[in-house]
Amino acid sequence: MLDKTVATLADAVKDVPDGATLLVGGFGASGIPTELLCALLDQGARELTVVNNNGGNGPIGLSQLFLAGRVRKLICSFARSANPAQPSAAAFAEVYRAGKIELECVPQGIMVERMRAAAAGLGPFFSPVSYGSKLADGKETRVIDGKGYVLEQPLPGDYAFVKALEADRWGNLSYRYAGRNFGPVMCMAAQTAVVQVDRIVPLGSIPPDHVMTPGIFVKRVVQVERSR
Amino acid sequence: MSDYTPLSREQLAQRIADDLPDGSYVNLGIGMPTRLARCLPKGREIILHSENGILGMGPGGDEITDADLINASKEQISLIPGASICDHVVSFTMMRGGHIDITVLGAYQVSADGDLANWDTGTPGAIPAVGGAMDLAVGAKQVWVMMEHTSKKREPKVVERCTLPLTGSKVVDRIYSDLARIDVTPHGLVVRAMVEGLDADTLQELTAAPLRFDPQVTVLRV
Repeated sequence: MLDKTVATLADAVKDVPDGATLLVGGFGASGIPTELLCALLDQGARELTVVNNNGGNGPIGLSQLFLAGRVRKLICSFARSANPAQPSAAAFAEVYRAGKIELECVPQGIMVERMRAAAAGLGPFFSPVSYGSKLADGKETRVIDGKGYVLEQPLPGDYAFVKALEADRWGNLSYRYAGRNFGPVMCMAAQTAVVQVDRIVPLGSIPPDHVMTPGIFVKRVVQVERSR
Repeated sequence: MSDYTPLSREQLAQRIADDLPDGSYVNLGIGMPTRLARCLPKGREIILHSENGILGMGPGGDEITDADLINASKEQISLIPGASICDHVVSFTMMRGGHIDITVLGAYQVSADGDLANWDTGTPGAIPAVGGAMDLAVGAKQVWVMMEHTSKKREPKVVERCTLPLTGSKVVDRIYSDLARIDVTPHGLVVRAMVEGLDADTLQELTAAPLRFDPQVTVLRV
């Protein structure tokens, strides 16, 4: 019998090792696996490389890992607070300015496509995005048929932390509205995708047409009663 | 000396929205361009895209009431009938693959040949943050820029060559400023419309790149 459900958040994250590359879903306040991140804070893994679109979102979750010195490097498209009146990335700014964390700024769609390449068994790929800009510095470039391209490397994860709406015990997932964002590609790009859901439902109760991440890409699901 | 009044941000948003064609798929950048969502012309179906997987975005309230329905500026939005949701792979396929008809972006500088600088002010110590701007700049069918004609220090933002870090090279098709609508053409910058009372010499003085003037230049008004 195939059962990917785990009983507790602690069980879901217990084997994340020091030095792991961790793909973390979420865009703004939607789709953030906050409870898994808090469980990882308790678990103690260090020297992490985190891939997340933002530099944390408010004081709980990723920001706590930054302040605790557990993240060595952040790969990110937008590490600033989008709205200065509501500083969502204040903790990241603090550790970054103190020189305690490395930042790799990546165009958002390239971050996505690098993960997709890793997930799909592809090698590096040429993209026109960032050609001629300082984000292409140090990368191989080529002009093909008169158009400039930058060579981008696949971006696999050791683990992914993702939030979805529903899962069954095989790990089939559905998401709610824009909470989907990076979830599907991060599940596909990680060796071990760990998913927190609002509800674990009986096998077969997510209509096959409505499964947004097929269970083959998911290793563990854990139900979180009330997501923050 | 000409006597003129620049368009307000609301008027500029209205003017750009009025130029969006019926049936077009449009992405609005963060900041000023999000104002367009509130003033789309009635009687046209304009389908707004948000990079976080939303096609068919409608206006929302001032408070966040549902965090799973937000736009790229992290503001509350709604879905219109016919809306769809997708993940980031599909959303950026729309953006980068030439499927979005028009993106309206803010800018710090635009050059005479359409280079765009809109992600890095070059301020020492600023945290680099690009978001989806570079994907949109190379991938949308048309890039329209919405900005004030000069900076707060009255420095021209339309320039011969950008001095700030580039978002994309030769990507801008059209500039809407609070003073003029200017097209980026293979023959340089061509002014299509100017606000009432502004003369060509004054506009040129406020612009650090040579301007040509459409013989049928019109008044930029709402």
